[in-house]
This record gives sequence, structure tokens and C-alpha cells, in this order.
Amino acid sequence: MIPPAFDYARPASVDEAVRALADAGEDAKVLAGGQSLLPLLRLRLAFPELVVDVGRIPELRGVREDGDTLVIGAMTTHHDVIHDPLVRRHAGLLASATATVADPAVRHRGTLGGSLAHADPAGDLPAVVLALNGELVAQGPRGRRTLPARDFFVDYLQSALEPDELLVEVRVPKADGWGFHYEKFHRVAQAWATVGVAALVRRDDGHIAEARVGLTNMGSTPLRASATEQALSGAGDAQAVARAAESAAEGTRPSQDTSASPEYREYLARVLTRRAVLAAAGMG
Amino acid sequence: MTDQIVEGEVGRARLRKEDARLITGQTNWTDNISVNGLLHMSILRSPMAHARIGRIDVSPALARPGVVAAFSGSDLADGLGSLPCAWPVTEDIVLPDHPPIAVDEVRYAGDPVAVVVARDRYAAADALEAIEVDYEPLPPVLDLEAALAEDSPLVHSDKGTNRCYVWPLKTGEDFDSVRQRAEVTLKRRYHQQRLIPNAMEPRAVVVTPLPASGEYTLYSATQIPHVLRVMMSLVTGIPEHKLRVIAPDVGGGFGSKLNVCGEDAVALAVARRIGRPVKWTESRSEGYLATHHGRGMIQDIEIAATREGKVLGLKVDLLADMGAYLMLVTPGVPILGAFMYPAIYKMDAYDFTCTGVFTTRTPTDAYRGAGRPEATFAIERIMDELAVELGLDPVELRRRNWIRHEEFPYTSIAGLTYDSGNYEAATEKALGLFDYDKLRAEQADRNHRGDTVRLGIGVSTYTEMCGLAPSRVLRDLRYGAGGWEAATIRMLPTGKVEVVTGTSPHGQGHVTCWSQIAADVLGVPFEDVEVVHGDTKAAPQGMDTYGSRSLVVGGTAVHHAAVKVVEKARKVAAHLLEASENDLEFTNGVFSVKGSPDARRTIQEVAFETFSSHDLPDGMEPTINAEHLVDPDNFSYPHGTHLCAVEVDTETGQTHIRSYVCVDDVGKVVNPMIVEGQVHGGIAQGIAQALYEEAVYDDDGNLVSGTMADYLVPSAADLPDFVTERTETPATSNPLGVKGVGEAGTIASTPAVVNAIVDALRPLGVQDIRMPCTPERVWRAVRSAKEARS
Amino acid sequence: MTHISVKVDGTTYEDDVEPRLLLVHYLRDRLGLSGTPIGCDTSNCGACTVELDGVSVKSCSVLAVQADGGEVTTVEGLARDGELTALQRAFHEKHALQCGYCTPGMLMAARDLLREHPHPTTDEIRHALEGNLCRCTGYQNIVRAVQAASEQEVPA
Repeated sequence: MIPPAFDYARPASVDEAVRALADAGEDAKVLAGGQSLLPLLRLRLAFPELVVDVGRIPELRGVREDGDTLVIGAMTTHHDVIHDPLVRRHAGLLASATATVADPAVRHRGTLGGSLAHADPAGDLPAVVLALNGELVAQGPRGRRTLPARDFFVDYLQSALEPDELLVEVRVPKADGWGFHYEKFHRVAQAWATVGVAALVRRDDGHIAEARVGLTNMGSTPLRASATEQALSGAGDAQAVARAAESAAEGTRPSQDTSASPEYREYLARVLTRRAVLAAAGMG
Repeated sequence: MTDQIVEGEVGRARLRKEDARLITGQTNWTDNISVNGLLHMSILRSPMAHARIGRIDVSPALARPGVVAAFSGSDLADGLGSLPCAWPVTEDIVLPDHPPIAVDEVRYAGDPVAVVVARDRYAAADALEAIEVDYEPLPPVLDLEAALAEDSPLVHSDKGTNRCYVWPLKTGEDFDSVRQRAEVTLKRRYHQQRLIPNAMEPRAVVVTPLPASGEYTLYSATQIPHVLRVMMSLVTGIPEHKLRVIAPDVGGGFGSKLNVCGEDAVALAVARRIGRPVKWTESRSEGYLATHHGRGMIQDIEIAATREGKVLGLKVDLLADMGAYLMLVTPGVPILGAFMYPAIYKMDAYDFTCTGVFTTRTPTDAYRGAGRPEATFAIERIMDELAVELGLDPVELRRRNWIRHEEFPYTSIAGLTYDSGNYEAATEKALGLFDYDKLRAEQADRNHRGDTVRLGIGVSTYTEMCGLAPSRVLRDLRYGAGGWEAATIRMLPTGKVEVVTGTSPHGQGHVTCWSQIAADVLGVPFEDVEVVHGDTKAAPQGMDTYGSRSLVVGGTAVHHAAVKVVEKARKVAAHLLEASENDLEFTNGVFSVKGSPDARRTIQEVAFETFSSHDLPDGMEPTINAEHLVDPDNFSYPHGTHLCAVEVDTETGQTHIRSYVCVDDVGKVVNPMIVEGQVHGGIAQGIAQALYEEAVYDDDGNLVSGTMADYLVPSAADLPDFVTERTETPATSNPLGVKGVGEAGTIASTPAVVNAIVDALRPLGVQDIRMPCTPERVWRAVRSAKEARS
Repeated sequence: MTHISVKVDGTTYEDDVEPRLLLVHYLRDRLGLSGTPIGCDTSNCGACTVELDGVSVKSCSVLAVQADGGEVTTVEGLARDGELTALQRAFHEKHALQCGYCTPGMLMAARDLLREHPHPTTDEIRHALEGNLCRCTGYQNIVRAVQAASEQEVPA
């Protein structure tokens, strides 16, 4: 199908992009990699008056270190995230989960920032960044602000970004020494996750000292399995992990679609959480 | 004179002639076609499953830039007849009017209501949004059983019923009496979900009119250019001799392009109205609504048997979802299955009834296998259940009932005469390749250990009927067309050969295979043969490509035409060599006189001599070209044994195909490489039905799985490697000894996969899982079985 | 209208295009390079896969304006002077295509894979092609073809 007509701006800097967004008001859409936006446009599910293409802003790309934090430019493609040595060393969970996103061609165009700003709870990366305790940096006419991931995802396809704000970078605390695993359950390889579980585990003396669990597609936003996280503290064996995973679906409100019912998703969340944590903890 | 050494072509894995263009992008898909002044048509479709159309105003669309014309259904109604159904299976069938574009009522979400014609596809798409339509909602009709109730809302109110037809077939003894003497009876209900065929090339149409002479060329992404020409002439009133239909490169069909579609008729009507060329190309999500679906049946099946495992009889009650209208062969699809429920088994009674039911959904029609996958699924599933009931190995139960190889030809209880087959040989070979006993041992071990991941083994010993023929049998089935096929062979002056075929390939490799057949008979090099197809001007006679008919009927026609060419050439050669025809030998393209090997003429020399016609036998027509139309005596009956091993994660319900082995017997093989490819693709589509695909509707009749993101076509990462082998029992109904292969894999594989999943879970108390066997359905089945036991 | 300059299969084109024009429609309708087909509207099928600036992309999910200044290779630009690439040859020799509609995208996706992983396992091949759907072959011969091409000395 054919996208509806729109005006097009291709700013060369973040400032210019923000100005374009501010001038356009509510009717502008940011075009990052376009791998979510273009299908929406083609199916005529979105009708922006202005599309602001931020694909030619060099400062939005790349990965750097800032002390104990990894800073990933919003326009860094999935492909580049997967292969970036810094990401692999300090945020292996992000690299391995990104490798499960869509397919290679989509990963060449799609970007980390675009996936997060799209705020699709079925996307893999929101739950991953949430589990990583990531922060998202937005720039608008009033300057920059930093939002913790837990505040960034507001509702289904809705982030905390104001219409005139651009997501510029993603800051992730280095998770050196943490075990990690992304358990994605989907019906065919390129389908969205029915449920996904991102697990990060820090072990101490054979026990789980700290665990963080992000859930994909278990509600209108990505979620943390907080009850499970607490229960995992001190878990020393697979049985303890399994017990902790029993509360993984607490507080979730998953949706019904052609792939799964809410009840099944809640069940899957428990099973997959157990599997993800065991794998992350090296107890599998 | 050069020596010609031509090896036997038939049976060789010749690389395909078709590939060179396809791997370099030098293709001619319908959407690639461009002509001067070409306009693009877009189609507004009903967003509702069922509604009366109130006011339609297309004038706002006309005001949009680049828009040349816009029409509602009633604007075009004059001059457009009803779309045809060529298979009214009973005398009293309910045949509703089927306007190519809706006029006063829409009956499925996607029913076309208006069109826009504009300078380019972007302008056409934009203008569609300006059209205003008022709909007065009517109740949807979605449930097959509820639709038959007295008080059900009606899809076609003027018909007074949603029951399209009732088609019975009772043969052998009375089933009720057989049931009484049976020691075991089993009754099961199986659901055949709706499927979307998903040929990779969406449908497309280009019409180029020549207003001055009233001539039209219709390019269509179709499997059936010849049928389409006849039908489009009837629907639009364009005289048949003024209508040329071309199927250019066609990107797959699987039945979805075996139809006479409203869009083709509307494009012709619009081109006639405005006198300019028009193109319409469906998008994938549009096609999900607009192109017919497949399957969609509820099957009640009952089997009666003795304790020893002798099947006595079979009773089948079908409800078949027609959708909103009857397309070309909609009512006939389940009837093709009617003959296949008894499959390869001997029995005394068969009692079949099919009820066709209208619903407010996209019409159904042929999808790869068409009726036969459904039948094979039901019989192969219930054979497994019977084996369990009797405590027999499922292969052993089949052995006790199948037709033994020495019993052929064998007339089945359904009245088909199977000409040849060897079920024992195919099964033995498959069991060996599969390592059946070892897998059974592993399965027992996992069961014993209570492993979370269980192993199941699925068996499917199928046969099918393909190459619908002869024509008089089709008449008895009330099928509107014949079962013949045509071929013409033209010997060109330089010795090259043109084979003109009435089949219409769209991926099957006819160009390669027909070249092999012709090259063998004519003794010319494979490379010297070209195959002409898919254009009613260049290949005027044909019945096209569907139902695995092309090789058995069309290939046979090529063979016969080539034999005729040789016989004509023999006369010329004899004349030139001053010998008697009886004294001529013909080997590898060379006529030589017995006993004087130097006296010889190649068939190419004969072709040139015929072209010059300077020295032909007295009274001989100056041509060695030949045409042959063949109407076979019988269907062909491929068969085989498919074995599937599936691992099931009982905790999540996820399934994983661990190994898949099949041994198919498709008779003699022209090109084993192509046969293997057909089997691979067929298996993949059958697995897709078992595990992944379903056209899901909501309670309002909207298609929920409306894009490729929701309708799960499996990728390379979702499918295993298949081990494919063959046995070769020649067909006796054609001189090539060939049977069809296009649908075999799809027919066989679905029950093999589902049988395997159920087999894995049976120790947990699971008896059935509805298709597609999604993880959630598997999980629920395991859970309810557990609950039922505790 | 936005002015763009794109090099496609070795030729540079300058055009004014609507910003919403999809790259695949630019190739097909404006440049007449119809070797790259369209199979869906949700970027699932991969039939339209081309190479943009050295990597595979789905040209139905890229705007022509996004390709401005870029270099595109389509299936039509693979063979040089009639010399097929190893992958094209392998697709022919292993019978990796039937109707051929998915083939341009499959070739481009496979080429991308072999550039990053010159000697993939069959499992890696299957996963690398998961964004490209084929309805005819059941994929087995496509996997065989990619494997055969990966065993060639010459680049894919």
C-alpha cells in the first residue's frame, strides 16, 4: 500500500531537528530507521503532516563510554549495536536481545532509539533497557532531560517524549560481571515476541545477589517483574529460582491477540522467567 | 550430415531453462508491464462483513489531482454480468448472483464497492479516501452450524437459506448395518481452519484496450488464461475473439490464481468505459481480503472396525464454508475430497455427505490440494486414533487395511479405480530412512522418564487423485469444463522446435520438462526446444494449470504431438530416401534405412525440406507440425508415506519438528530435481497448516490476521530439512507413466505433523489438538488432560 | 518534491520525488528497474530486498529520499557482463527457485549473509533468511544453494 503524503525535513543537527519538531506541533513524526513507521504509513495507520528524518545527524550515532555508563546514540542501528565491542563487553544483554529483533535487513535500518521511542510493548528492546536500568536522554526546545526507562514508557505506543522532543541517546549502566539472557518466545522466527523475558543476574558466592527481570509484551508498556526480582535475592539453586519465577506475572496485564490469550501469556511469563534467570545465572 | 547424440532426456535432473531470467531480474510480472497512457486503478472495499449499501458518492474522488475516473458498483453494473461458478455440484444448488463489484449489498469485509482510476498508484490510493459510502449494517453470518439454523440471518436474503447444497455419496453396504456388526467404532470432529494461499506475487491485472476495433488484451496474474478468456467474455460481453488473455510471468498460485475474479472484470469494464489502459495490483493486505481463501471445514468422521483392526466402514459429514459467494470451483472443492476419505484402505461401506454453507467471509476456493488435504487429514488422523484404540502400531493398522500391490488396478469403495501403486514398498523405504524403531525407543524412554520434552511420531500414508479426467466423468460430477489438454509442436525451418502448450506454468518448470519430453521423442537437443505458453493468441487452446494436472495431461499431450511429428517426418524422410516407411529406423533424431546406415536424414533436415516443400510425397500437406489434444482415461493416483518426528515442550506447548522423511511414488519422473522441489514446497505448506497459519475472524466478521505480520507464513528458520525419496510405480493411464506431484506434499504432511504432536502427548491424556497447533493450544490440551485425570 | 541523487546498479540518477515515494516504487515505477518485486506491505516478505550502501534493506520500508546520495544494488546489477555471481549460479544449480518471485530478495539477503559470514552453517543460513519468505521451495534448496555458493572461491 501507499503512504499518505507528508512534508519532509532532513535536519543536519539535533538543534535543527528539534526546531523542526517544535514548529510542526503535534502533527510531526520523527523518522529514525523507519522500520516501524513506514509499515504504519503504508497501512495508512498514521497521517503525519511532517516527517522529520533524523538519519543524517552524525552525533546521534555511535557508542561511547562515560565512566560507568555506556552511551548509545539513538540512531545507532540494531546491526551496529549487535556488533559494537563496547556494547558486547558492558551490555551483553542488549547485544544478544537486539540480535533477535526482526531480521538482518530490518536490523540494518532499524535503530535503538527508534525502537524505544516507538514504545511498542511487544518490541524486544524496551524491556531490555528497562532491565538494564537504562536512561533515555531527550532534547527539546527547553534543553535536555534524562528520563529513567521506567518513566519513559507511558502507555501502548506512547513514550514520555513531548511532541517537540527528540530522543538523542540511551544511557546504560555497565553491567560488567552480570549474567544475562533474553528469552524470546515467538511462533515464527520473524514474529513479535508472544512474551519475552530479559534477565540480568549478579551472583555472589554461588547465590543470586541481585536480579533484574524485564518483561516484553506483558502489558501496555514493558514491565519489570519486581516481585520475582525481590524473591530472587539470595536464591542459591534452581528450585529457589523456580519459586521466585512463580510471581513473574504479578501486576501484569497482557493483551489478547491471535498468538496468545492473557492467561497463557501470564503462564509463559512465569516459565520463561525461570528459564531466563537460570540461563543468566548459569544454573541452567 | 552431423551425428546427433541425444541422451534420454526424460528422467534427467535438467537444470531449468526458466531460471536465467528469474535470477537476474529480467522478469515480466504483470505489475512490471507498462504501456503509454497507463492508468492505475485502486479499489475501495467494504470495511464491514455485511451491510446494505446506501449512498455512494465518488465525486469527491474525481476532484482529487490526477484522478481520471471513479465509479461505484452501480455505475459499472450495466455491462457486467455475474461472476461464474463452473461447478454447481447439485441440480438444486443455491447459486447467488455475484456482481464483480457490489451494487446494493456487501457480504464480506473486502467486498469491492467503488474504484478510482488515476495517473499513478499514489494518486489512485489517495483518492480512494475521498469516496463517501453509507453502509447500513446487517448481521454477519460466521458460524457454520448456526448459519443452518432456521432463525439465522441470511447471507443472501433472496435465497431464503444459507445452505448452498447437500451432496451425498453412499457406496457399498449400508453404513448403519456395518456399524452394528463392528466391534469398534470411533467418532471424531476435526476442524480445517481457513487458510490464505499467499502466492508470493500478489494478483495484478493490466488491460490494454483498442477502442477503434473493440479489441482488448488482458494481462493477468493467473493460472488459467484460457478459462479466464472464456469467462471474461461471458461476464463483460466482450466477444471472445476480441479478447486476448496473457498470463505473463506468474509468481506462484497454489489455487489462488485459479479463479475468475471481479477485479479482472472491473478492469476490463473500466478500460472499455474510458478507452485507456488500466492496471490494478493488489497489496498483500488487500489480497488477504480480496483473493479467495482455502479450506474452512468442519469434519465429522466415524470409523467402524473389527477388534483385529479391519476397517469396515466410514461415515463422513462435512460442513464446508463457501464464504459469501461461489467462485469458479468453490462448491466442488469438498467434493474432490469426497472420493479420498477412504484413501488407500479397503472397506465395505462409505457414507459421505457434504453441506455447503454461506458465510459473510471472503469466498473460499481451491488451495493446494483442494479437498484432498482435508480428506487425507481426517482419515489419517482417525486411523491413528483407531490404532490406539486397538492397541496396534499405527503403521501395522494401515498395513492390515491398505490395498496390496498385487491387487491393482483396484476400485475403491468411493468408486475410483486406482491404476497402480505399491504402498508396502514406499512405507518400508520410509520406515528405514526414518529409523522408526529407534525413534520409538527414544519416545518410550522419554515417556518413562516423564521428560518435559516429549517425542511423537506421525504417520501419513496418503494417496490422492489428480489430473481431473476424463471429461465425461467431469460431466457426471457437474464440473463445467473438460479435462483435456492441448499441445502443438512446430518444427521450425532451421530445425529448432516450438512446443505450444495449453498449460500455464507459474513456477512448476513446464518449459524445462516439456522440452525434455519433446527432445526425447523428436531426438533433438534439449536446448533446441522452446515452450510457448500463457497467451491465448500464441497458445490458443488449453485448460491451464491446477490440480496437479499439467504433466499427466499436458505433458502427455506434448508426447503425443511429438510422436505425430515423427510420423509425419517419417513420410517425408522415406520419400527423400526413396525407401519404404517400414524400412526406416528413427533413433536420436535420425531416420535411416535399415541395412544402409549411410542413407539417412535428420529430423532437422526433414523440417527444412518440409519448409521448402520442393520434394514432398504426392498429396502431402506441407507441414510436419502436429497438434494433439488428450483426454485421459483416468485420474492419476500418486501415493506415499510421510513420517514426522516432533518434539513437544509440554511446559510451553512449543513444538519442534526434529525429522521429516517421505517416500513418494509419483510414477515415472521426467525431472527428479523438479519433483523433489515440488515435494519440498508441498510439505512446507502442509506443515504451515498444521502449525502456523489461520485466517482468523472476529465476532463482527473482520479478518484479524489481516497482514503478513499476523498471518504466519513460515520462514527458512521455522522449517526443517526434509528427507525425500521415491519409489516408482508407473501410472498405466498415460504413455509417460507419470502421476501428478504438485499437491502430494501438502496433502500428506499436515496429518503427519498433527499425528506426531498428538502421539507425543497421548501418554498425558491428549487426544486431539485443533489446527494450527499453536503453543497455546498444545499447552491447553496438556493442561485439560491433566485436569481431567486428577 | 525533494531532489535526490541515487546511484543504482552503477548509474547515477537525479530526480525530484515526493517524500513519501518508497524506494521500491522509485526503482520500479520511475527508473523502470522492475527486477525488484513487491510482496507485502508490512516488511515481512523480503521480496523487495536490495543493497543500500553496502547492506541489505527492504526497499518497501525505505523512502527514496532516504537513499539520497546513496548507492543501491539490485538483482539486476549482480551479474557483470553476463557473468553470474556464485550465488546466482548456485540458485540455478541447486534448484533454489520455482516461481522466482522471492528470488531477487533471497539473493540479496544471502549476499549480505555471505559478506558477513563467508562460511555459514545451515542453521545460520536459515536464520539469516528469516526475513525472506518463499512459498514454493520449502527453503531447503535455497539453503543448499547458499551453502554451495559459500564454498566457492569467488565472492558471492
